[in-house]
Amino acid sequence: MNRASRSPTSGVVALGERILARVDTAGEFTLLAMLTLRAALRPGFPWRESFRQLEAVGARSSTIVLITALFTGMVLALQTGIALARFGAKPYVGSVVGLSLARELGPVLTALMVGGRVGAGITAEIGSMQVTEQVDAIRSLGADPVQKLVLPRMLACVLALPLLTICADVLGVTGGMLLAWGQFGIEPHFYISTIVNTVTVSDFAEGIAKTFVFGWIIAMVGCFSALQTTGGTVGVGRATTRTVVTASIAVLVSDFFMSQLMVLLL
Amino acid sequence: MTGAASAGAVIEFRDVHKSFHGVEVLRGIDLSIVEGETFTILGGSGSGKSVCLKHMVGLMRPRRGSVRVLGEELTELNEQQLVPVRTAVSMIFQSAALFDSLNVYENVAYALREHTKWPEEQVGARVAECLEAVGLAGVEALMPEELSGGMRKRVGVARGIAMEPRVILYDEPTTGLDPANQSRVGELIRTLQTRLHVTSVVVTHELELCFDVSDRVGLLKDGRIVAEGSADAMRNSTHTDVRAFLDGARDHDQEGGYAT
Repeated sequence: MNRASRSPTSGVVALGERILARVDTAGEFTLLAMLTLRAALRPGFPWRESFRQLEAVGARSSTIVLITALFTGMVLALQTGIALARFGAKPYVGSVVGLSLARELGPVLTALMVGGRVGAGITAEIGSMQVTEQVDAIRSLGADPVQKLVLPRMLACVLALPLLTICADVLGVTGGMLLAWGQFGIEPHFYISTIVNTVTVSDFAEGIAKTFVFGWIIAMVGCFSALQTTGGTVGVGRATTRTVVTASIAVLVSDFFMSQLMVLLL
Repeated sequence: MTGAASAGAVIEFRDVHKSFHGVEVLRGIDLSIVEGETFTILGGSGSGKSVCLKHMVGLMRPRRGSVRVLGEELTELNEQQLVPVRTAVSMIFQSAALFDSLNVYENVAYALREHTKWPEEQVGARVAECLEAVGLAGVEALMPEELSGGMRKRVGVARGIAMEPRVILYDEPTTGLDPANQSRVGELIRTLQTRLHVTSVVVTHELELCFDVSDRVGLLKDGRIVAEGSADAMRNSTHTDVRAFLDGARDHDQEGGYAT
C-alpha cells in the first residue's frame, strides 16, 4: 500500500470494519442457533443420526474424560492433603475433592476435553464437507444441512456432556479416595462420609446444569466454524484450530458467569 | 415477463449481479433457457460460470436482478420454499460431491429418502435403475473413496436423476477426466437428454464437450453473456470474443477468479 495514500482516518475505518465483521459473525452465529432450534421443531427429526453422533461424542470420548478425571482427582487429593495438613485438617481431603469436582472441575475439565476432541472432530468433518461442496449437495437435493448435520451433533453434545461429567465426578472422587488411602492413610469409608456430609445434591446439580450449556457451546461453535470454512484443506485446518480455541474460551467464560448467576440466585 | 425469448423459458436471468468481497463476478447476466434444450455456458476459469449455475438452484442469491426457474422467482423464496424447485432441478457438482460417509446406494437414495415415503424395495429398484442408466450397475455397496474419478462423476449423475428432474445442471462435468471418460460423460449427457427429455445446462471450458452436447451456447466473459447462439452458429461465429475463445486465446483465463 502506498504510504502517501494513507489518511489519518484509515485506522478508524479499519477498526470500524473489524467491529462490523465481529457483529456480523455474532449475528450469523445467532441465526444458526435459531435455525437449529427451528429444525428441531420440524417434522422428520434425525433420530438415527443423533444416536450415531451420541455414540461418537459420548462413548468414544469416555476414555480421555475418565483418564483426565482419575488423575485430576488424585492430584487434587494429593495437593489438598498437603495443604490441609498445615491446618491439621488432613482427614477432610474428601470434602475438598468432592466439592471441587462436583461444582467446577468435573464439568469444566470434561467440557475442555470434549471441546478439544469432539469440537475439532465436528469442524474437521463438516468443514471438509463444506469445501468439497457436500454441504451444497445436501441443499441442492432439497434437504437442510442444519437438520442433517448441526441438529444431531448439538443434541448429542447436550446429552453426552452431563453423562460424561457424572462419570468424571465419580471417577475423580474414586481417584482421590485411592490416593488419600494410599498416601495419607484415610480410610475409604471416612473419605466417603466426609463427601456425603459436605457435598449437597445442589452442589452436584449446579455442576451438571452447566454441562448442558457447555455441550451446546461445543457443538454450535464446532458446526458454525465448519460451515464458515473456505480455502480448501488449509481452511479446514484453520477452522479446526479456531473451534478448539473459541470453544475452550467460551466454556471458561460462560462457566464464570453461570457460577456467578447461580451464587446470586440459589 | 417480456420478450419473445421468455416464452417457454425454463430458466431466465435478468440483469443478475453477484459479488464476493467487493469483487463483482456477475455483472448483469441476461439469459433465457427454453424447455428441452441443452444450453452450454462456455467461459474461462474464474469467469463465474459455476457461480451462474449455483444461482439456478438457489445455492447462491444475486446481489441484484431476477432469477426465474420453472416459473418461480428464486430471489423471493426462502430455503424451505426452494425445496420443490430443488427436487425438479438437479445439480451435478464438479467434484461429484458424493457424501463420503455414505455408500453409493445411500448416496443415490438420498433424495428419495428425503422426499418420498417409498418402501425400501422401491427405493432399491430406483437406485439400481439410476445406476444402470449411468452404466454402473452393481456398485451399490462401494464407498465413494473406492470409486475412480469417472465413476464418481457418474454416481453423481445417478444421484441427480433419482428424483426424475426436469432440469439437470452440470458443473464442469468432464474436468479432470481422461479422454475415454470425457467422451463417456458427453455421451451420458446426450443419452439422458433423449431418454428423460430434460432441459440441461452445462458449464464448461472444454470445446469438444460443448459442441458435442449443446443445442445452444452462451459465452461468458467479464461477468456477462457476450455472445449467444446455436452450437453451429457459435462455432462459425466471427464475434471477436467467440473467436478469441475458440482459437484458444488465453485472456479468458482470468487471474484471481472464483472457482466456486
